[in-house]
Amino acid sequence: MATTDVPGSRRSGISAAAPPRRAGRVGTNGGKNFNRVAGVLLAVCAVIWLIPSLWAIKTSFTANAVSALGTQAILRDLNPTLASYSSLLGGGDLWNWYLASFITSTLSAALVVTFASMAAFAISRMRFRGRNVVFVLLLAGIMVPADVLIIPIFQLLNSVGLLNTYWAVIFPQVSSVIALFVFKQFFDGLPKELEEAARLDGASNWRIYRSVIMPLSRPVLSAMAIVTFVGVWNNLILPLFVLSNPDLMTIPVGLATVQGSFGQRFSDIQASTILGALPLVVLFVIFQRRIVEGVAGTGLKG
Amino acid sequence: MSAHTVGAQPAVPTTPSRDAGAAGGRQRSAWLFIAPFAFFYLCFLFGPALYMFVASFFDASIVKSGLGNFIGLENYASLVQSSAFWSSMWHTLQFTLYTVPPLVVLSFVFAVLANRMPRGQTFWRLAFFTPYILPSAAISLIWVFIYTADTGLWATVQKWFGDDTPTPVLGTPSIAMVGIAVATVWWTIGFNFILYLAGLQDIPRELYEAAAIDGATPWQQIRHLTIPLLSRTTTLVLLLQIIASLKIFDQVYLMTNGGPGTSTRTALLFITDTGFTDYRIGAAAAASFLLFLVIVTIAVIRQLVERAQQKGA
Repeated sequence: MATTDVPGSRRSGISAAAPPRRAGRVGTNGGKNFNRVAGVLLAVCAVIWLIPSLWAIKTSFTANAVSALGTQAILRDLNPTLASYSSLLGGGDLWNWYLASFITSTLSAALVVTFASMAAFAISRMRFRGRNVVFVLLLAGIMVPADVLIIPIFQLLNSVGLLNTYWAVIFPQVSSVIALFVFKQFFDGLPKELEEAARLDGASNWRIYRSVIMPLSRPVLSAMAIVTFVGVWNNLILPLFVLSNPDLMTIPVGLATVQGSFGQRFSDIQASTILGALPLVVLFVIFQRRIVEGVAGTGLKG
Repeated sequence: MSAHTVGAQPAVPTTPSRDAGAAGGRQRSAWLFIAPFAFFYLCFLFGPALYMFVASFFDASIVKSGLGNFIGLENYASLVQSSAFWSSMWHTLQFTLYTVPPLVVLSFVFAVLANRMPRGQTFWRLAFFTPYILPSAAISLIWVFIYTADTGLWATVQKWFGDDTPTPVLGTPSIAMVGIAVATVWWTIGFNFILYLAGLQDIPRELYEAAAIDGATPWQQIRHLTIPLLSRTTTLVLLLQIIASLKIFDQVYLMTNGGPGTSTRTALLFITDTGFTDYRIGAAAAASFLLFLVIVTIAVIRQLVERAQQKGA
């Protein structure tokens, strides 16, 4: 761990120089020194946190023959090569994984957002008998740890012949109670007058949902879509047991097979790690705020 | 909430001109809106949970159809006597104990420090949060590589510090779980970090300014302002963290598959092994149900605590 002192000191130099200027904002009493120490400490930790990723990146650009020799060889190697990347991208496996992950995540996100928002609309904006019972029943689902249900879910999918289809990955993830709950909270906050005018004009519930509520819900729609997308993309346990056909494997399942099949080809392994994670990193860079808000707001935890 | 229930009490619709037929139509329409979600909910959450409970009383097996014979509490009785079950529960608890304290304390410290920094917010978020969005399979490949015996990064670091024969982390029963825990802390701290940052943003600056004027040192400010004011976030983080740790599967499956021996086999691995490898669905269902009970208990505690805090606020 202490090896990080070397790169750490460089970073911390930058950060420590910054605080004093606006340190008064936080507290003047001993604040300057405190902030300086805090800055150094934080920078060291941040660098420690970056090391595993940087290490994987560095290895992925090293030749397999070099990375097989170990850490020292990888550190000393100054001939970056794209060999691992080109061989992975040249093969079919990785593209199959991408396709499977993309299809399952996109469809799941679309279905979750549609069905959860519809149900939340009814519970939040419509009066009907049994409404509270339905809501409490659905809400109870928040506490159900879906991972623990993997065996009955497997049996159900098996009995209806859905194993080894994308649907086997999609369907069990459609009933996102958390999404329903977030939608309901959001809809509860919208003023009643909005739909009352439309209702007087004779608009149907479906019309109000489509044309009044949905357009107003874009922020929460996109947040839920992204959070679901990421969740399905990263899910391992479900696709691991319901997909055994290598052509259908999602990225996490595909990556799980890499360790065994690539043996000592460390560079190839790390390149597949990077390529497997890359789409999400790109997504994160684009939707940083939405993802952070969505993840923090829903209390989802992997 | 209360306003809604009051409004729902009279059966008369909001527009009096519409008759009971319209109200009935609205009833039906509401159910139509709920139907698609409810279908998936019943099929893939409620149904399986119920099935799991029922199957735990049968000698169900994956190799024959149906539930098999009713055997009452036999599955539970054999679980309670099985050392494999208890050791998997113990490994789950071990993992929880190794990961929860650092994930709560470190994320708090990082968030408090990062929040005080006038600059580099993007950098801190990038450093601490990015691992969280990576697939568990990717982080496992990275850490297995770091832990590679003899030539891996961690072994090399230990050699630099004079340990010429570093123990292979994932190959040693006594420390394999620590290795998995370290990777997990690295992976998931960003989530708690973000929750704490959000909590910190809600604390009014004036409180700190007032404290500073009164002569409070930064340490005193953290001790007497930040920690108490963030107690709600801490409870949330703590309970979410415990629930997540109890469900641990991915990292263990990918990094050690429960090994060496069964030294890192956790509850969920025990369940999938019993069900998918030994084909003992009934026994797996009973184990699932026990784990389910533990998790639901904590989830209920979380709901109660949250409600109590909302009332207090």
